[in-house]
This record gives sequence, structure tokens and C-alpha cells, in this order.
Amino acid sequence: MNDMTPDGYTTEDGRKIGAVVMEMRNITLRFGGVVAIQDISFDIREGEIRAIIGPNGAGKSSMLNVISGFYHPQEGEVWYKGAKRPTMKPYEVAQQGIARTFQNIALFEGMTVLDNVMTGRIRQMSAGLLSQAIWKGKAEREEVENREVVEKIIDFLEIQHIRKTPVGRLPYGLKKRVELARALAAEPSILLLDEPMAGMNVEEKEDMSRFILDVNDEFGTTIALIEHDMGVVMDLSDRVVVMDYGKKIGDGSPDEVRQNQAVIDAYLGVAHD
Amino acid sequence: MFYREAGDFKTSYTDDSQTFPIKFDRYRYYVVLVLAFAVVPFVINDYWVNAVFLPFLIYSIAAIGLNILVGYCGQVSLGTGGFMAVGAYAVYKLMVAFPEVSIFFHVILAGGITAGVCVLFGLPSLRIKGFYLAVATLAAQFFLVWIFNRVGWFYNYSASGQINAPERTVFGVPVTGAETAPWAAYIFCLVFVVASAIIARNLTRGMAGRKWMAIRDMDIAAEIIGVNPLKAKLSAFAVSGFFVGLSGALFFAVYLGAVEVGEAFGINKSFLVLFMVIIGGLGSIFGSFAGAAFLVLLPVLLKNTLVGGLGWPTDLAAHLEFMIVGGLIIIFLIAEPHGLAQLWRVAKEKLRLWPFPH
Repeated sequence: MNDMTPDGYTTEDGRKIGAVVMEMRNITLRFGGVVAIQDISFDIREGEIRAIIGPNGAGKSSMLNVISGFYHPQEGEVWYKGAKRPTMKPYEVAQQGIARTFQNIALFEGMTVLDNVMTGRIRQMSAGLLSQAIWKGKAEREEVENREVVEKIIDFLEIQHIRKTPVGRLPYGLKKRVELARALAAEPSILLLDEPMAGMNVEEKEDMSRFILDVNDEFGTTIALIEHDMGVVMDLSDRVVVMDYGKKIGDGSPDEVRQNQAVIDAYLGVAHD
Repeated sequence: MFYREAGDFKTSYTDDSQTFPIKFDRYRYYVVLVLAFAVVPFVINDYWVNAVFLPFLIYSIAAIGLNILVGYCGQVSLGTGGFMAVGAYAVYKLMVAFPEVSIFFHVILAGGITAGVCVLFGLPSLRIKGFYLAVATLAAQFFLVWIFNRVGWFYNYSASGQINAPERTVFGVPVTGAETAPWAAYIFCLVFVVASAIIARNLTRGMAGRKWMAIRDMDIAAEIIGVNPLKAKLSAFAVSGFFVGLSGALFFAVYLGAVEVGEAFGINKSFLVLFMVIIGGLGSIFGSFAGAAFLVLLPVLLKNTLVGGLGWPTDLAAHLEFMIVGGLIIIFLIAEPHGLAQLWRVAKEKLRLWPFPH
């Protein structure tokens, strides 16, 4: 990483990364006696792809759940866009512009692809029940405007052909893509991806990586992702946080992290003699 | 052959999201509307209205209401009978208290009052789900029936404990009371049915419906993408309550004319409407109609064939009717667990390719 300033830095491929948009300060999360996350701090900068990696059970998903308001940490603060975030319900966090996908797909199986992605626009649609009931005025206008945006995203992710198909009938790889589309539809400030490539074959992984890079590139979306495939992580991300047993053991550019002795020990194990 | 989407191009998103995107469907819908409004009223008699059309129309509204709650939002309710009673008693009190206001508004207002009551009993849904919620709504059923039986104010302290619909007119034509012409009662209900169906369809194809379905399919994911579960669930209870209230009001005022709450709006009614929704198809407006038709028409049909056609004694036919309807329900649910609406959908998909399925 070169010349890190408060305003941001420039990546090796010349992308400008902005100021800090989200900061986790000394987060500690306990479930009864189990400490899932212990005193972790890191930040996410505008426009960057930030990876969170670590062995199984390191607390990565818990971390995402803290960000999306699903878990509330016992200690520590979440700072978002320069202000300390009060304890919030998940839907309030979503309304603030944080969208996410899930490790095991969480789509609405009974709805069509189009409806699933349209649901992602919930933040932008506010017509009242009455207007919706008669399908006139604000409701109709919103429906058409947002449909246009959604169609662009559907186009972008190349899922036009399954637009009207119920999600329950789709294969795994496509479901993952629909889920990404739904999260993107929210036009989020931060996009959280929980293992976007889990269970995919090489080709699907390549597709997904390309989509992630394109999203970041074209929409300038800030992305925080959890991934186990080291090759993918090192290729995609600008900065990496490494967790192990709920603690942060490394933070920096992919190269720095690769050299970090604690990280190597965590992944390869260390001799106990 | 004629049921085609080929060549039927959509050039705007409004076109694409309309209720009947396929031309043939659209025309069929118009034909049905014209038949229902312009032909049926002239040919029906008292028997047809009271045995077939009124119960079918009124139960359709109730089924649409319950379908929004159970089929779209996934919140099981066994309180439909009680909520219909709220609609009935609300319209009764309004009719008696404001005789100068048109009954049209009374019925709508009764729906609104039921919506409020329904929201109140929907509050537990924020904490409990599935079977447990069903049991909680069962409490609503028994409580509401009990209160309408016990508190004299609701039935204006009449000696019998019954409520009787006074005569009310729309544009000078009586629609309630003994003087009502069959066609007037039919048209009055039909207007409400068509309006309910259109409103329900609009809500379910828009954002409100998406929120409900999101809650139904995966409530945790729905919350994380920004659906406020409190608002979504309670709005489903409110809309559902509104329709169920309408149907309860019409059931009392137009169809029965006199009601004893335990008899007309008991737990049987809750189950009947729930069966309509399940047999018709969860999460489908058409299914609500199909389910209502199935459970209203089938008994009439059986009775006519057994008693009228075969000359069996009435009591034997009545018992056999129960057994046959019950059996058919079981067969239907085994053959097509997603209801008549799904059968219809499959038939349409087949028709689209017919006669060259490959």
C-alpha cells in the first residue's frame, strides 16, 4: 500500500480510494461465555474492496452480522459516515444504505427473480398503501422508475432470461447472482458479501469475481467481503483483515498479509514443541 | 392455439406489470365482467342468488382477505369467523345509528373497523410464528364471539340476542331487509367483490405485496434488506381484516339478514374460509375465487344431483355430501398441494405450447 492519508490512497492499478466510510472500534461480541469477537478495530474506505479472511470459526460472519445490525456487540462502537451509530435494528441499518448477501443464500423462493430484485429497492420506494391499492399516482410512477433501475442491474448481471422465473427453480450459481442483484438494487453505500463464491466451480468463481470487480468499478460501490478462496481474495481485494479465534491477527494489503508470520501460522498451523 | 404470448409485445414496464399480461387472459376477464354485470342479473332468481351467487361472492371476499394474510404474508389465522363477526356487528351498529348515511359507506367503514381489530389481534405475530400464532388467533375467534354474545350494547339489547338488518337502499333500491330483489343484492355484493379483487391484486403486485411475500419466504432476510417486520405484518393484518370485515358485513346485512353470532360466525366459519384458501391456492387471488367456488358450489351441486336427480332422502344426501366433499378435499390436496390456482397455472402453461408441446 502506498501513501495512506486520511483522505485515501491510490491503489496499484490506479483507482482512487476515498476517506473512511465505516469504522469498527474495539468491537467485542460475546455469546454467553463464548467470545466470538475480541477487541477488533478496522476501517472500510470509500470505493475499496475490503476482505475479511480467517479460518473457520474465526468470527468473520459474526463481524458482518455486527455491521448489518443483526448482532449487537457488548463493547465497542460502529462509526458510519463520520457518526457513531446507535444500536439499530437490521432494517434500519439497511435503510442507511448497507446491503448484504448471505453465506447460504437467503432469497425469497416463492417470488420471481424480478420481484426479488425489486424488493431490494425498498429503500427508494415509499408510496403509501392507498396509492398502491389503486395503482395510480406515486405508486405507479415509482414502480416504473424503479423497474428501470432494476432492469439495468438485471442486464448488468446477465440474468435477463430468468427474469420471470420463480427463484426456487434456479440452480445454485444463478441464485448467488440473483442475491447479488438484489443487494445491488438497493444502491448501497457499502455492500457486504458473505462468501459470494462458496460452493462454486472455477468458472462460476471467475464470473462472480468479474461481477464483483465490475460492480466496484462501474458503480464505485464499497465492498466488504468474506471469502475462503485465497487466490480470489488476494486478487480482488485492496486491503485484507485477518481474523483468528475472534482476534485480529493481520491487516493490510494482500502482500503485507501474505508475509505476516501470525497469518501464516494461523493458516498453516504452528509446531507445538 | 389462441392462448399465446407470442406477438404480444410489451413496450413499457406498465404493460409488463399489468394484471393480465396475456391478451387472451385480458379479454376473458372483460368477458367475465360483462357477463357478471350485464347478463347474470337478468337471468337469476331467488334460489340461484341465495344458494349460489351470494355465498360465493361473499366468501370470495373473505378468502381474498385471508389469502393476503396466510398466502401472501405467511401468518396463519384461525380468527376469520370472529373478524367477520366484527364486520357484521359494526355494520349493524352503523346502520342503526346513522340510518341516513348510505349502507355503501357503512359496509366500507365496517371493513375499516375490522381492520383495526385485526391489527390488535395481529400484535402477537411479532413474537410468535406458525402454529403458535394460529392458536393465538384462535383466542380472537372465541373472545370476539363471546363478547358479541355477552355485551348487550352490540345487539342493542334485543331480547333474542340476535341482530336484524333493517331495510336500507342504494339509489332507492333496497339491498337489505325482506324487500330486497335478488338482482339488487347480487349487484351490491358484486361491486364489492370486483373492487376487493382489484385492490388486492394491485397491492400484491406492488411493493406491499413484495414485503409480505418477503416476510413469508424468509423473515430474517427480509429484515436485513430493509423490510420493517412490524409494519409489514401489521399492514397485512389490516388489509386482511378490511376484506374479512367487508365480507362479514355483507354476509350479515345482505345475505342472512338476521344473525346469531355463535351460529353464523363460529369456529366453523374460520375453518371454512381457511379451507377455501388452501384448496384454492395460497398466494393467489384467483385461488381465492376458485376455493370459494369449490366449497360453495360443490355442496349445492351434490345436493341437487343426490336429492333432485337420484331422489334420495334429504338427510342421507346431507351426510353423504359431507363425506364426498371431505374426500374430494383430501384427494385434491394430495394431487395438487398448491391448490386449484396451481392446476390452473399448469393448464395455462400447457396451453401456451399446445398443440405442439415440443
